[in-house]
Amino acid sequence: MSGYFILAILTLAFVVTFQIAKASEYVSVLKGEEKAFRQNNRINAFLFIVFLVLGLIGAWWCNEMFYKKTLLAQPAASDHGEKVDFMLLITIAVTGVVFFITQILLFWFAFKYQYTEKRKAFYFPHNNKLELIWTVVPAIFLTLLVGLGMFYWFKMTSDAPKDSQLVEITGKQFNWLVRYPGKDNVFGRKNYRLTDASNGNALGVDWEDGASHDDIEATEVHLVVGKPVQLVIGAQDVIHDVGLVHFRMKMDAVPGIPTTMWFTPKYTTAQMKEITGNKDFVYEISCDQMCGSGHYSMRGVIVVETQEEFDAWMASKKPQFVTVKEAAAPAPAADSTATSKPLAKLN
Amino acid sequence: MSSETITHGHAAVQTAAHAHDEHGHDHHHEESFLTKYIFSTDHKMIGKQFLITGIIWAIIGGLFSVLFRLQLGYPEMTFPFLEDLFGKWAAGGRITNEFYYALVTMHGTILVFFVLTAGLSGTFANILIPLQIGARDMASGFLNMLSYWFFFLASVVMFASLFIQTGPASGGWTIYPPLSALGQASEGSKLGMDFWLISMALFIVSSLLGGLNYISTILNLRTKGMSMTRMPLTMWAIFFTAVLGVLSFPVLLSGAVLLLFDRNLGTSFYLSEIVVKGEILPNEGGSAILFQHLFWFLGHPEVYIILLPAMGMVSEILSVNSRKPIFGYLAMVGSLFAICILAFLVWAHHMFVTGLNPFLGAFFVLLTLLIAVPSAIKVFNWLTTIWRGNIRFTPGMLFAIGFVSLFISGGLTGIFLGNSTLDIHLHDTYFVIAHFHIVMGVASFFGMFAGVYHWFPKMYGRYLNTTMAYIHFWVTFVGSYLIFWPMHYQGLAGMPRRYTDFSNWQSFNQFSDMNRFISTVAMVVFAVQLLFVFNFFYSIFKGRKVTSQNPWGANTLEWTTPINPGHGNWPGDIPEVHRWAYDYGKDGREFIPQTEPVGANESAH
Repeated sequence: MSGYFILAILTLAFVVTFQIAKASEYVSVLKGEEKAFRQNNRINAFLFIVFLVLGLIGAWWCNEMFYKKTLLAQPAASDHGEKVDFMLLITIAVTGVVFFITQILLFWFAFKYQYTEKRKAFYFPHNNKLELIWTVVPAIFLTLLVGLGMFYWFKMTSDAPKDSQLVEITGKQFNWLVRYPGKDNVFGRKNYRLTDASNGNALGVDWEDGASHDDIEATEVHLVVGKPVQLVIGAQDVIHDVGLVHFRMKMDAVPGIPTTMWFTPKYTTAQMKEITGNKDFVYEISCDQMCGSGHYSMRGVIVVETQEEFDAWMASKKPQFVTVKEAAAPAPAADSTATSKPLAKLN
Repeated sequence: MSSETITHGHAAVQTAAHAHDEHGHDHHHEESFLTKYIFSTDHKMIGKQFLITGIIWAIIGGLFSVLFRLQLGYPEMTFPFLEDLFGKWAAGGRITNEFYYALVTMHGTILVFFVLTAGLSGTFANILIPLQIGARDMASGFLNMLSYWFFFLASVVMFASLFIQTGPASGGWTIYPPLSALGQASEGSKLGMDFWLISMALFIVSSLLGGLNYISTILNLRTKGMSMTRMPLTMWAIFFTAVLGVLSFPVLLSGAVLLLFDRNLGTSFYLSEIVVKGEILPNEGGSAILFQHLFWFLGHPEVYIILLPAMGMVSEILSVNSRKPIFGYLAMVGSLFAICILAFLVWAHHMFVTGLNPFLGAFFVLLTLLIAVPSAIKVFNWLTTIWRGNIRFTPGMLFAIGFVSLFISGGLTGIFLGNSTLDIHLHDTYFVIAHFHIVMGVASFFGMFAGVYHWFPKMYGRYLNTTMAYIHFWVTFVGSYLIFWPMHYQGLAGMPRRYTDFSNWQSFNQFSDMNRFISTVAMVVFAVQLLFVFNFFYSIFKGRKVTSQNPWGANTLEWTTPINPGHGNWPGDIPEVHRWAYDYGKDGREFIPQTEPVGANESAH
């Protein structure tokens, strides 16, 4: 019912607008087109100035309302993130100056040089000096921005430090699978054809590879504060993207092509709760590459904690190989000969 | 007849133009409905066909955005009328996830390709090229007609895909595989995706036929005295647009064909080591990233294919209505050229976070930010053009000024995104949505509206209603900023694109008020576009009649034709050109048409 009501109102508004528009056309013909034109011209010129003033106030007001809801209001949670934030501020400053100058000039000129009978337009087809100035000046500023950007870009995409914590993260519709390399710090080999989620091998790990035997699988990522971490990123079905807004990091997860990124978390989850004043704060992994109907719900969680907390969490975890082995052979005996049997079954 | 045979240097062209000319005259009186309105070879009619088809698509594409903004703005509400209209796609009055992504994908596809490529450059290239360079018609009227009909076919296929059981394509307008290659991964990647690819292949054929025609017409059929540097900037812009299209669209075609093979013939161009919904696929050795290179090799020039014609028209309209020459004509041509070249060298800036080699990324940053230089030149030249002018705020002029404002706003945020360091953070967030909607979407629409208002008298011999035009302009202009300005803040909060619902996210759920506001404004702006559409169709039949041949007091050749030009454009000889298109306010005269010989005492410019 309310739908029809809205439709009726809309139709009425259309009809009224149309009638006014038509009437004003007749009026302008009666009044003399020249006179009507001049009147409309003055109104539009004035509206441009109104737009400029209200627009500037609106931009300020919008900033007041929303600045604190953005990430600019809280520190970046990683060392790389700080670079991004600094770069962002520089870019906002440079483009902001250009924005205000050019928009003000545009609307001011529109108002100031509106049609009057008295003025003759100034014949000014070109001026090499002016054109040179506004070619060179932007080029200089852009060179600075490119230089700074490249400096940080190469720092952020450089090789991870040797002592980085390795974490593997794999995207699939619509969740994230996490794997730690265990004590040997080497991930067991994978072969996607071995993937068998119902038998505990969601990642397609090749159990024949001894390096896989101490690998730990998890559903959330735990990181140590202040310790560099290198994420090894993959995907099983379609392209996903590991988006870490608080760390200001992002990298696609592409099937068949592993990617990596590294950073150093600066604050524990508990510290971020204090910094942001949000007691429910969590570091979230958002999928930032369209991946299907559940894309919006592909959420992961990162816990940043102290070394002790991390060690305790790690100690509570059992290697996936052991879990699989126990499930396949419920017998308590777990000597080396017993392991080969369920393996054969798994393969 | 004899005068224009002298016009053309080449013998081959002479005969072509000659033959065409005869053709035009012979058929003047015996055109049937079919040859005049349907299978027309008159460039003006083909332009109108592109425009009206574009308008229909714009209504559909715009409506889709209103529907998904309903979901984003009012996620907790249900709208029973949606279920009445869309059945299972909006079960219980809520837009389902599949439907949401189908809407987003179709909105992008329709507006980028069918409206802003075909509807904008197809329309104005067709209507303006022969009129502004002084030709009777396009180099090949027949290919030109085919160009429209391939577009029409593409439209039919795309439209049909909206009605199939599994829905239209829903992997985003960029249709990245493997999502778009695997029917198991998404409903929209089933039959709908094949329709999408076939439609796009037809569209590319249309675009190539059109583009080749535009290029050869501009190069070969200019009237006597119309040297390249005397052409209005609209012609330069359309020329570069056509070059971009001809060189980049075939690459998308190859990408689309390979994707069709992967989908239907078991090849592995884009697929490798995939496990989808527990099913292990045999494909190995392909690269999903290859598609992105192919796609963006068109996709980025596409942005300029959309924007350049708008820039050209805005340059022309600003100059005419400021009653001043465009400032720095050669710099304007040079910057168009620079943009055209750079457009081919920046595609990978869409791929900074795909795992692209950082060293390679550095070059793309440099080349991308280089585009800001010609863009800055254009903005400053436009500003200088209106400086000390005597400005008439015709509806076309309003939209042209709006274009400049939007181009500045959206262009500046490009400097953020083109810098890879910032792109890591801002990639695929609402910041990107705000950026490209302002600079490519809304700005190009403003260029298109400016063009429609300015050349409507030439197209139909009538004016659009100005009061409705003013309402249209101000609501759209204010509304666009209200919609897209706040989105930058969502982007700076890291909010990802293409999410149907943010309520489960601790990091992104703080903007529900803003989302509601944006959705409401979007609906108002959409309603005002319908007002424009009404004005357009009403004015074709009932608009105030144009009584003078040159209503805007413009210099270019289209205003030397009769008010309602027939096929062939000029009843007598084609006019000869003696000067550039921008002698406004020179030597105390308000304007000097291009056809007027240079006087003995005239100052040089």
